[in-house]
Amino acid sequence: MLFVSERVFKADAIAVEILKRCTGEATFATIVDDLAAAFPAAPRDRILTDVTALLRGLRDKRLLEL
Amino acid sequence: MNVLERPQAKAGDPPLTSPLGMLAELTHRCPLGCPYCSNPLALDSRQDELDTVTWERVFREASALGVLQVHLSGGEPASRRDLVDLTAAAHAAGLYANLITSGVGLTAKTLAALSEAGLDHVQVSIQDSEPASADHIAGYRGAYARKRNLAAEVVRLGLPLTINAVMHRANIDRVSAMVELALALGASRIEIAHVQYYGWALKNRAALMPTPEQVARAAREVEELRQRHQGRIVIDAVVPDYYARYPKPCVGGWGRRSLNITPAGRVLPCHAAEVIPGLEFWSVRDHTLADIWRESPAFRAFRGSSWMREPCASCARRELDFGGCRCQAFLLTGDARATDPVCHLSPDHELVADLAAVREDAPYAYRR
Repeated sequence: MLFVSERVFKADAIAVEILKRCTGEATFATIVDDLAAAFPAAPRDRILTDVTALLRGLRDKRLLEL
Repeated sequence: MNVLERPQAKAGDPPLTSPLGMLAELTHRCPLGCPYCSNPLALDSRQDELDTVTWERVFREASALGVLQVHLSGGEPASRRDLVDLTAAAHAAGLYANLITSGVGLTAKTLAALSEAGLDHVQVSIQDSEPASADHIAGYRGAYARKRNLAAEVVRLGLPLTINAVMHRANIDRVSAMVELALALGASRIEIAHVQYYGWALKNRAALMPTPEQVARAAREVEELRQRHQGRIVIDAVVPDYYARYPKPCVGGWGRRSLNITPAGRVLPCHAAEVIPGLEFWSVRDHTLADIWRESPAFRAFRGSSWMREPCASCARRELDFGGCRCQAFLLTGDARATDPVCHLSPDHELVADLAAVREDAPYAYRR
């Protein structure tokens, strides 16, 4: 769950995997690499698209500082 | 959390969901006198307020019932001497604690203690971007400066800040300046909250009502501001009630998502619900929150959709906006089961346009 005032966002399983890797230190490339290693069945460009979309969406909601 | 404590619907009743949000009106006391205050005209007195241990129990019961967020509100919540203890109790119960404050009467020292106690978020109201106008609207000289200082302190402590900007005829032309102010203060979010006409705002409706031209201009400005500041600040805004085509899905549906506790402990489906005659509200002094949510007559009155009449009963949007607001339906038509007249499908919709046309620059009746 992600909380902002008056809102709750429920992270799905994919989002949870991405967010677990957002340590504040890992770079974008590290996060994508790590996901690609953990989920070899997923195409890398799909992972790239998913991570970009999630992080951009969270940034626009001011839930994440990039 | 014990899953078995989750509410269960009785046979034949509409499905029972868990509430997600709880508005805890800790007190009706407030140093400000805003003419659109959402508190009722008859305010709860200090001696009738719930004590600390009762609120602490209510927070635990709320969490067990499924509530995720508690909004510590009022009145001005800092008027309560036990605000730090109450915040700590909400945090200990596992609730996300949001403080809704005027910023007046809350010291930097108390704010730091609240942050230490586990406060998650702060919402500060600002009446206008022009200091003199802001103080006039609040009915309190120096309010604007205090609010700015408090907001800066919130950001300095690393707490997320929302600016709540209630918009009406006297300040709606400065919607862009309000967003700039929120950005300058370091807010991550601003609510462009058009006045909703209940309580004191209903009493002051003619003095607060914006013109159609103002509303249209503000909507255009908000769209531009959203694009210009994407990723820097979240701008929440909806069309003001009396100028809308569809009604708001008030409180996410009656008795579905949220509940409200008055300073004296009455539990309401929404903060205005006491205007509807004949509803029986239960108090946390006599019942558990779970019992009230499930059983109290006020919560059962408009839960689900079996109470609806046409055009709501067969409407495709029935589960989207739930017929709008029951309080507004009652206040404007005299019938709480009617379609909210804000809806263009309501037979009473013309009434809304007629009322929006009544604008008079009378002195405010301040909330006192």
